[in-house]
Amino acid sequence: MNAIEVRELRKSYGDHVAVRGIDLTVAEGEVFALLGPNGAGKTTTTEVLEGYRARDGGDVRVLGQDPASAGRRWRADIGIVLQTATDAAELSVRETVRQFAGYYPDPRDVEEVIDLCGLTAKAGARVQSLSGGQRRRVDVALGIIGRPRLLFLDEPTTGFDPEARRQFWELVRTLSREGTTILLTTHYLDEAEALADRLAVIAAGRIVAEGTPSTLGGRDSAPATVSWRDGDGAHEVRTVDPIGTVVNLARHTGISGLQVRQPSLEDIYLDLIGAKA
Amino acid sequence: MTAATLSPLPSTLRTGLARGGAEVRMFFRAKEAVIFTFCFPAFVLLLLGSIFTESDPGAAAPMSQVFAAGMIAYGILSTAFTSVGVGIAADREDGTLKRLRGTPVTMASYFIGKIVLVAVATLAEVALLLAVGVFAFGLELPTDPGRWWTFAWILALSVIACTLLGISASSLARSSRSAAAVLNLPVIALQFSSGIFVAISTLPKAMLDIAAFFPVRWMGQGFRSVFLPDSMAAGEVAGSWEPGMTALVLGAWCVIGLVLCLTTFRWTERRTG
Repeated sequence: MNAIEVRELRKSYGDHVAVRGIDLTVAEGEVFALLGPNGAGKTTTTEVLEGYRARDGGDVRVLGQDPASAGRRWRADIGIVLQTATDAAELSVRETVRQFAGYYPDPRDVEEVIDLCGLTAKAGARVQSLSGGQRRRVDVALGIIGRPRLLFLDEPTTGFDPEARRQFWELVRTLSREGTTILLTTHYLDEAEALADRLAVIAAGRIVAEGTPSTLGGRDSAPATVSWRDGDGAHEVRTVDPIGTVVNLARHTGISGLQVRQPSLEDIYLDLIGAKA
Repeated sequence: MTAATLSPLPSTLRTGLARGGAEVRMFFRAKEAVIFTFCFPAFVLLLLGSIFTESDPGAAAPMSQVFAAGMIAYGILSTAFTSVGVGIAADREDGTLKRLRGTPVTMASYFIGKIVLVAVATLAEVALLLAVGVFAFGLELPTDPGRWWTFAWILALSVIACTLLGISASSLARSSRSAAAVLNLPVIALQFSSGIFVAISTLPKAMLDIAAFFPVRWMGQGFRSVFLPDSMAAGEVAGSWEPGMTALVLGAWCVIGLVLCLTTFRWTERRTG
């Protein structure tokens, strides 16, 4: 069974069409990233999948059910990490996580989750005393405490320092290894590349490309850039046959600083959303 | 996976009581709430009771005791109406409600949590006001069980009506910051016009007539009937305690509150764009 199946999803706010016919399939156990600029329809799409928002048209199945009518049992099977919550400020981290554990039929161990999210040192601290990145980790802890089969992560690492981000990535990989399906929306392309099995780019309410991080938008077949230095100075060529170019260079002497670069995911992404001239 | 292997979902009541515990802890840990919402009625009572020290001629109880008994109405307004209204507006704004909607928690659990908070905070508030009344102004607590019965039903009806109205009022405010201001306007207006902050004998008749449509006047009158000697009923608008009318008006406001609640409650903020 697929964890998420979306056909022809549509949603408008008054005259503004936010989502104009999206098709999406996420297999069980997959880490799927949804990329796109602000206002592209990412949040609307995820909020429909999470059951927060009613859709105007299309067919949506999340864990086999329609989120618009799914009940408590379904809610116990999904986990949601929201983008901007500042609640429960006067409770401690441990109290908050324990409180949420009580909402679920088969929660994870409270201390284990606190540890997984790197909050052990802050477990006794009031949530309001935490830094932005630490608060975010509490959000993640509350999203996974119920042992979800499907986890929604909406820009989970905003405000993290690089080390916290790496730790968070490890956590996502751990959850994924345990079989959790993850739908990730993010602004960070390196994050999508590091975590996602597959990804899709949304622009202006449509999916403009879908694939794996290495094949998205023809990334694997796009021309590569080969650069090097020799007695005449620096050289750079764009070529569909970088191996041939390198083999040729090998016949010369005095070559230094040889580099072969595939287009980065960022290059491909910016192309796709039309941000590049 | 078959249904037989699934652990049962926690019951609405259990989740609601757990939420209640958390709500109470959060309420009493927020210093501003404790000082400005919780202690404020006792503070006003201390001031008024110390300013208006002269009694009406021939009255069986000093003015300070009249304030002490009536101020319980203000206590209930602040712990049931104002804190619930502001609290729900804040829950809507800070993501509490949205987050809960993404969990198996039901709306009923959420409200059970609020009810627990109101019950605990109100009992503590009433105890504080009575302590001030007894120790600062010599108010005597009744020994007659009949009076405590009257106290119990007036308290129950007042808390239910004020809580339901507070839940409805939370939808009026656009943000939690404006909620405190929006909710305080009717609270302050009704305290004056219902004779909680001033002596009833000083109020114009038109003001008293209007206030008679609202619950605060009946709450104040009801609590005075519990804690003041019966001869003090002469100072009330009708010259008697009117327990039947009190029950009727407060009961009606419970129904109005419930209807407003069911028709206006929103899980989320109004969409702004």
